Amino acid sequence: MARKGRPQPPMGTLRRLDAGARAAFPALGTALLLVLAAVPVGVPGLVAALALPPVFFWSVFRPAAMSPPVVFGLGLLQDLLSFAPLGVGILTLLLVHGAALRMRPWLVRQGFPVVWLCFCAVAVGASAVGFVLTGLLDWHMPSRVPALLQAGLAAGAYPALGWTLGRIHMVMTRAEEGP
Amino acid sequence: MIRLSIPSRQALARLSLPVLIAAAFGTMLLGKADALLVERARMTLADALSPIWAAVQEPVQAVRGGLREADALWNLRAENARLRDDNERLRRWQAAALALEAENALLRRQLSWVPDPSPAFRTARVVADAGGTYARAVLLGAGPNHAVRKGQVALDERGFVGRVTEVGSRSARVLLATDINSRIPVVTEASRARAMMTGTNGSRPRLQHWPEGTPPRDGDRVVTSAEAGAFPAGLPVGTVRVSEGGGVEVELFAQLDRLDVLRLFDFGLSGILPPEAVARPEPRARR
Repeated sequence: MARKGRPQPPMGTLRRLDAGARAAFPALGTALLLVLAAVPVGVPGLVAALALPPVFFWSVFRPAAMSPPVVFGLGLLQDLLSFAPLGVGILTLLLVHGAALRMRPWLVRQGFPVVWLCFCAVAVGASAVGFVLTGLLDWHMPSRVPALLQAGLAAGAYPALGWTLGRIHMVMTRAEEGP
Repeated sequence: MIRLSIPSRQALARLSLPVLIAAAFGTMLLGKADALLVERARMTLADALSPIWAAVQEPVQAVRGGLREADALWNLRAENARLRDDNERLRRWQAAALALEAENALLRRQLSWVPDPSPAFRTARVVADAGGTYARAVLLGAGPNHAVRKGQVALDERGFVGRVTEVGSRSARVLLATDINSRIPVVTEASRARAMMTGTNGSRPRLQHWPEGTPPRDGDRVVTSAEAGAFPAGLPVGTVRVSEGGGVEVELFAQLDRLDVLRLFDFGLSGILPPEAVARPEPRARR
């Protein structure tokens, strides 16, 4: 390289704090979203529906911050918050994470509509897994309507959430690349 | 920190997802095997979060109140006309009620009737939705020294809402009458025919198992029955609605989609609890 930049400043406490906050934001932000989604607004099943978009988004665009243990923790939080049979949320979120990682190399180069379409397919799959697992664990088949509602809610929430998270992701990338 | 070589670190990263998926299945088994542990974990989390939810509730309520206000302003004219009709009708009923009350008082004096003591109740605010995708329940925020117990009956200002199934130190969970696991013994007020009100997760629970020959009719009032010692008799539940397909449903008096504050009644009954409430009903405190 012909151009010589300034040497990288040493890793100070503030910079380390900054990097730590950036690394923790996807997990903590999603957890906060789940807690807030439990506030009753007249729509049942909001917690499970709103867990899918951020997990998918961060798994595709920032997988280092949305690692499998983090996804496991978020799934556990979802199950405890929504009083669902324990383990269902964990497994669905882990499968969503796995699917997102599989599609990631191809997906990061696509525009928003393609990512959204892929997310819709993943959301339908996740709702189906949740439906089957709930049926198995409770020993009776639940009605199909809530599962469809969950997939619809997640797909409908993705554009707004994805746009917001995309903005945050851009700001974070800019901060990491430095001036 | 342990330093690992890059290939072994990559191998670990690749392994963590399958291992955690296996752990998820393990959690499912744990949830099935030790339901009490899971219940305790849930209520501890709910206890910790209920102050946050209560704080968030304020702006949410303000927004909902604003929306309701706007809706009311929009429908002011039609609402006014309806209320005038209602008022006319209720005035006639008031006259009838006053006459009946006087007659009732007279008859009670003659029989030296001992009235039932009016049951004690406490109120609690709904702070969170505790149902998830496949259940219908709400979480109540209660003070640190609350006396909410499992099996207490929850009513809103209009009618029956559900029962307390889990209790933490600062919160309690109420399973709604619309939940798919909810079974409420009821009686139709006109024919005194007993039936079971079964939740479907939809807005209207279904009526089942009424005696032969006395089918519930559209518009009958439904109240709770004292059968099985789980509920006191006569709590207002709803009205019978026969759907087009011939299904018999109950339109609840309670407005389950906009629950705000619930009244919790302690009738001191310890009848059956729903299957997921594993622990026995706690005995009533001695007085």
